[in-house]
Amino acid sequence: MPTVSMKVNGDTVSGEVEGRTLLVEFLRDTLGLTGTHVGCDTSQCGACVVHVDGKAVKACTALALACEGQSVTTIEGLAKNGALHPMQEAFRENHGLQCGFCTPGMIMSAVDIVKRNGKKVKEATIRAELDGNICRCTGYHNIVKAIQDGASKM
Amino acid sequence: MSDTGIGARVARKEDHRFITGNGRYTDDINLPKQAYAYFLRSPHAHAEIKKIDTKKAQKADGVLGVFTGDDTSADGIGGLICGWMIHSKDGSPMKAGPHPVLAQGKVRYVGDHVAVVVAETYQQAKSAAELINVSYKELDAVVETAKAQSRGAPKVHDEAARNTIFEWELGDKAATDAAFDKAAHVTKLDIVNNRLIPNAIEPRAAIGSYDRGEDHFTLYTTSQNPHVARLVIAAFVGVAPEHKLRVIAPDVGGGFGSKIFIYAEEVVCLWASKKIGGRPVKWTGERSESFMADAHGRDHVTKAELALDGEGKILGLRAKTIANLGAYMSTFSSSVPTYLYATLLSGQYNIANIYCEVDAVYTNTAPVDAYRGAGRPEATFVVERLVETAAREMNIDPAELRRRNFVKEFPHQTPVIMCYDAGDYDASLDKALELADYSGFDARRKSSEKKGKLRGIGFSNYIEACGIAPSAAVGSLGAGVGLWESAEVRVNPTGNVEILTGSHSHGQGHETTFAQLVSDRLGIGIDQVQIVHGDTDKVQFGMGTYGSRSGAVGMTAIDKALDKIEAKAKKVAAHMMEASEGDIEFKEGSFTVKGTDKAMAFGEVALAAYVAHYAPTDDFEPGLKEGAFHDPSNFTFPAGCHICEVEIDPDTGVTEIVNWTAVDDFGTVINPMIVEGQVHGGIAQGVGQALTEGCVYDTDSGQLLTGSYMDYCMPRAGDLPSFQLGFTETKCPSNPLGLKGCGEAGAIAAPAALMNAITDAVGVNDIAMPASPQTVWQAVQSASSKQAAE
Repeated sequence: MPTVSMKVNGDTVSGEVEGRTLLVEFLRDTLGLTGTHVGCDTSQCGACVVHVDGKAVKACTALALACEGQSVTTIEGLAKNGALHPMQEAFRENHGLQCGFCTPGMIMSAVDIVKRNGKKVKEATIRAELDGNICRCTGYHNIVKAIQDGASKM
Repeated sequence: MSDTGIGARVARKEDHRFITGNGRYTDDINLPKQAYAYFLRSPHAHAEIKKIDTKKAQKADGVLGVFTGDDTSADGIGGLICGWMIHSKDGSPMKAGPHPVLAQGKVRYVGDHVAVVVAETYQQAKSAAELINVSYKELDAVVETAKAQSRGAPKVHDEAARNTIFEWELGDKAATDAAFDKAAHVTKLDIVNNRLIPNAIEPRAAIGSYDRGEDHFTLYTTSQNPHVARLVIAAFVGVAPEHKLRVIAPDVGGGFGSKIFIYAEEVVCLWASKKIGGRPVKWTGERSESFMADAHGRDHVTKAELALDGEGKILGLRAKTIANLGAYMSTFSSSVPTYLYATLLSGQYNIANIYCEVDAVYTNTAPVDAYRGAGRPEATFVVERLVETAAREMNIDPAELRRRNFVKEFPHQTPVIMCYDAGDYDASLDKALELADYSGFDARRKSSEKKGKLRGIGFSNYIEACGIAPSAAVGSLGAGVGLWESAEVRVNPTGNVEILTGSHSHGQGHETTFAQLVSDRLGIGIDQVQIVHGDTDKVQFGMGTYGSRSGAVGMTAIDKALDKIEAKAKKVAAHMMEASEGDIEFKEGSFTVKGTDKAMAFGEVALAAYVAHYAPTDDFEPGLKEGAFHDPSNFTFPAGCHICEVEIDPDTGVTEIVNWTAVDDFGTVINPMIVEGQVHGGIAQGVGQALTEGCVYDTDSGQLLTGSYMDYCMPRAGDLPSFQLGFTETKCPSNPLGLKGCGEAGAIAAPAALMNAITDAVGVNDIAMPASPQTVWQAVQSASSKQAAE
């Protein structure tokens, strides 16, 4: 089996994978980073969103081997030196999560949305941008609020 | 109110692990030497199994075992059960066919479990399953609810003639018919309550693990009620006796009802672990499997009528419903279209005469069971669509027609079992009308018209019955279990507290709200309280979380246990301060002796209880730990008013929800932030039902056409507005905290409000759910051509 090497949350990691191994499988099964979730098999739900070289990517849709040499950030790597990322804090403060299963992907997408749309991102933009992240618990109301709040603090 | 007590808007204690990726869901757990299961499922809706040849699969790489229904039955593994007995009108018991965990001779829906492959890796198990050769003899399938009882329809189970499980009734037929005979106006609607697929974002998963040394089983599973799972698996399926089976439901990623039920996969993983010599067996469902084989929701076809006098006073309501229960009777499926449905057909109204008939039918589709609201959304949809339609037909303002019929005096006995204990329906309507600016609607409609848009407004004045108790009452109606709840309060010597509860949290925030109750009662911070749930080895017994019962039933059990803690602690304090027990007062975490300045903090008393230097006696033991069981004296009756305003583009049929107002009466609110979140999520699921979601099977082949997120349209952020919420409060008299429950209200109220708004905008009496742009556009076209013809 081929070996893949990449940077994950700042650490250089490598592991043997099959050609068909997905990035999300490498993260969850090989590295034990179970914060990235799998909620569907058609790349729709967004529970697996991570950042690859700074861009939001659905980890169920990228092959592990395709990420050779790239830098991956998962939900576990978002807080720095024990301090929560403002977007994590905003989700907590605004009750932007209930069961927590979609939350890692939501937060990773949210950070990406703000990076691309700025601190003053509008509600309509957030709602449109969240098309690739499904939440069944919150009705999105508090997720949208959390993203606006987190954006202002990023 | 303290900073963290009842009524405080505190951020959730459990959130830190979820926002940092440290949640622990079933699929996150990996046990040493774990093997993986893959289920071979039926590609046919209905077929005889002639032969299953597993030889090639057995020899495939990494395969540890391939098992079929012959293997489970050889080991005496029983079928899955339906735990609520319903009797037909003629007194005969429901006609339930067998529900084997792996198919026995026949498959009955696409996704039915044919065989399981256990292998070293999941990919090996999945690949080996392709080598299993199953000879099927395809049979015609019966798919549509309304056609299941037709003469000549394919028979799903031999036990159920005409595919009819029961023909049930509730209410007084003769009196209701008489009320219709004297009515000045009768409103009639044919209603389809569309079939839904629950879609918690965490797919179901299970790890079964058999310990050979201890002859003991452990099951990790995505369950809303691990103790009920243990009871059923032990007592009925027979994998292991209760004391040899531990069930753990760790973090669970949403349930909405679909994770109440006992499914084949978890039973088979547990059994297979012993079969392969004690290695743990893990199964994680793929989303496609969730679509195929999680229990679906709703699926009613109803003819409903409302009788009114000339002044708009409701005289009677009649409904005939066919409820599709799918191919097998799931755990609580029979209760949903009966006692959770017809008992709510009085709505918020004083209706003297109600009669409802329900036929439950088998079809070659996935089993149907409770989904958020469970019967009550269906009832609300019938009542609120009828009332709104009647108002239009009689040219009475829909708010006014409702007001004329509200129940105003409590307790109120309806003709369909329920006795409403408290409420103020005028108050929630008034507040909703104000928040929604109802008086400004005509002006807003005119301005929409100027833009070429159709604007409509719709009401839903829902009521629900939560708690689903008392046990004696549900027992008399056919429930196989009592629906009480248990709690244990363990005060540690250092004064912090563990609460063990039989409720289960899978998004509801119990770790916070339950701690808020303890904070309020004991005067300690919520960070001093740990909520323990979801493990049958830790919590002795419990009924789990569904039916919006965890507050009204689960928290009341905690409250009762806290009463006992307080009483015991007062005894200890009295000994320590050398006072008489009657002179001890407890307030804000401090025990004081009346009329003196003597005081002990709660933590000091806790320590004293364990140090036990106060010379305990035979009837006064050391320690500070108490338990309680709570069986409510009545259901609780949350109610409220939702008003939805939509704008429709007649050229495209696209509906935009421009305003959603919800005013709910949940009794006491423990944490407004969490309660609002429950309402938001409930509305979103209701909007999903009305606007985007609908399970579709091919009516001939029984193939599931909406088998992925590509085809089944989950509501996205862009489909929904921000919601405007308000609350009114009448305390629930049947529990000391005054709680009613809030988890299902939104899903119960929303579909009727939205469909009332859409039909108002288009100017027709009925539009089918989901009201997709195509459906709405067609309705607009036919409404305008009808108008032109007139």
